[in-house]
Amino acid sequence: MSVTVIKPGLSSTLQDAGRPGFAALGVGRAGAMDGPAWQLANALAGNHHGEAAIECTLVGPTLHFTQAAVIALTGAAISAYIDGRSIPMWTRCQLPADSVLQLGGMAVGCRSYLAVRGGFDVRPILGSRSSDLHAKLGYAHGRALRAGDELPLGIATPLRWSHDMEDAHCLPWSIDPHPWFDFAFQPLALLPGSHSKLLDDNSQQLLNNGKFILSKDSNRTASRLDGHTLSLRRSLELISEATLPGTLQLPPSGQPIALLAEAPVTGGYPRIGQIAAVDLPRLAQRRPGDTVCFRQTTLDEASLRQAGQQQRLTRLLRTLTERLEHSRWKRLP
Amino acid sequence: MPPAIQCEAMAEDALLLRFGDTIDLAINARVHTAASHLRQRWPELECVPAYASLLLRFDPNEWSSTSGRTPHQRLGDVVQDALNNLSTESVDTRLVDIPVHYGDTDGPDLVEVAAITELSIDEVITRHCATEYRVAMLGFAPGFPYLLGLDPALAVRRRTDPRQRVPAGSVAIGGSQTGIYPDELPGGWQLIGRTPQRLFDITADTPSLLAAGDRVRFHAIDEATFQQLAATKSR
Repeated sequence: MSVTVIKPGLSSTLQDAGRPGFAALGVGRAGAMDGPAWQLANALAGNHHGEAAIECTLVGPTLHFTQAAVIALTGAAISAYIDGRSIPMWTRCQLPADSVLQLGGMAVGCRSYLAVRGGFDVRPILGSRSSDLHAKLGYAHGRALRAGDELPLGIATPLRWSHDMEDAHCLPWSIDPHPWFDFAFQPLALLPGSHSKLLDDNSQQLLNNGKFILSKDSNRTASRLDGHTLSLRRSLELISEATLPGTLQLPPSGQPIALLAEAPVTGGYPRIGQIAAVDLPRLAQRRPGDTVCFRQTTLDEASLRQAGQQQRLTRLLRTLTERLEHSRWKRLP
Repeated sequence: MPPAIQCEAMAEDALLLRFGDTIDLAINARVHTAASHLRQRWPELECVPAYASLLLRFDPNEWSSTSGRTPHQRLGDVVQDALNNLSTESVDTRLVDIPVHYGDTDGPDLVEVAAITELSIDEVITRHCATEYRVAMLGFAPGFPYLLGLDPALAVRRRTDPRQRVPAGSVAIGGSQTGIYPDELPGGWQLIGRTPQRLFDITADTPSLLAAGDRVRFHAIDEATFQQLAATKSR
């Protein structure tokens, strides 16, 4: 069973939880940029083993399903049509055989996730099916999807209510996206970096209170922040050391760069902050032109918020399993 | 007693240990000794060595304490203790021999490097092969080794016009360092030769030919040998 890519969208990639543990070899983690959205898409589709889903960027792909499939869409609000009929997000849908799923633009946000029951079953590389465009690892040597790609699907046990249907169906309910999508563009919590204190007074002020604009020079590796130029009290000659997703670097141009999922494992620019892990999915949902603000946080607060988020997610995943078990399909309006 | 290690809480699950702030063989050796010791003692810690620092990624739940110390502080204390009692002798490391075809189309910048360094081409090759290098760290791309130990006479500035595509296996000099491009990549270092050996192979049990801390030696081969080795495609 497979899905054929008719139109690839802007930059659609297969993503799972990524490949942790290989940074010492120069291999970053990659993985879904908006982890909770990816997890919820999988849960709604009925996947429980970290299956790979499609991460869409700004414009989603058009896909042909030869056989009936169960799918779920989460993340940024994306236009989604099955053979001309709009389908809802944050719920489970069933497509009949020979369906065309047409994903379009996003009203708000930058990344949507399409999970298909069974998961995309491409060959795992170093334990992960994530495409790392930067390191050229993953499906088709780590490139974005192209028209004509045939993506194999994993085998999943049939659902109780999924017997032959000629029309697309969805569930009569959906998850409230609000806890999982930052509609308000809240400031991102920033932990101090090694060289935060070396920012001059004006730059410290700007970093804490200024509005930055996400540059169009942004991808899964990093986002450049425009709008203000920051400078250090004195220039630094640094030697490379480990970097992480969320590391906020200050290159000589003075335009901060936030490293993301495909961050290189080492870097030599001054580090003026580390974005709290719990806020990285929020940054992943900002698109070029969106504003980005920061507020200072502490390790304690950041860790507590992350633990709280994890608890909420675990709780929701548990109730979802239960609820999905007892839900019946309804025909698409 | 070696100088104290500085600990910096870098992220919720990351602690950076700094052993110094310069590119120095002795400091880098301490990093690798520490990494190998910590990996042995706490296999669940992810250790990411760099020139003079070592990043530890850990599960904060595993390192929480009842004594009011944060997980980062507790891990920092324990690691400092473990490393303070460690001998400063560097651990035995592997020596990896890498065949290189210098010059011609495999090393398009060899002539320029000879001109800049005011050495003959043969002298550049001889000197590049004469030293034993140390893999300071892997980074930039999967399996890319930053090698320490370049003969100072061979240090040349990076190219002003970086190449969009440097062929896989290219052996290059960038400033006081030398390295090998594991894959076709953009790059600004001066290309002096090329190895037929694969540096990064996802199908291999150990994907990276080199590990941080390894010792490396180059030896010159001719083009025929390069082709022969490339055809066997083995390590």
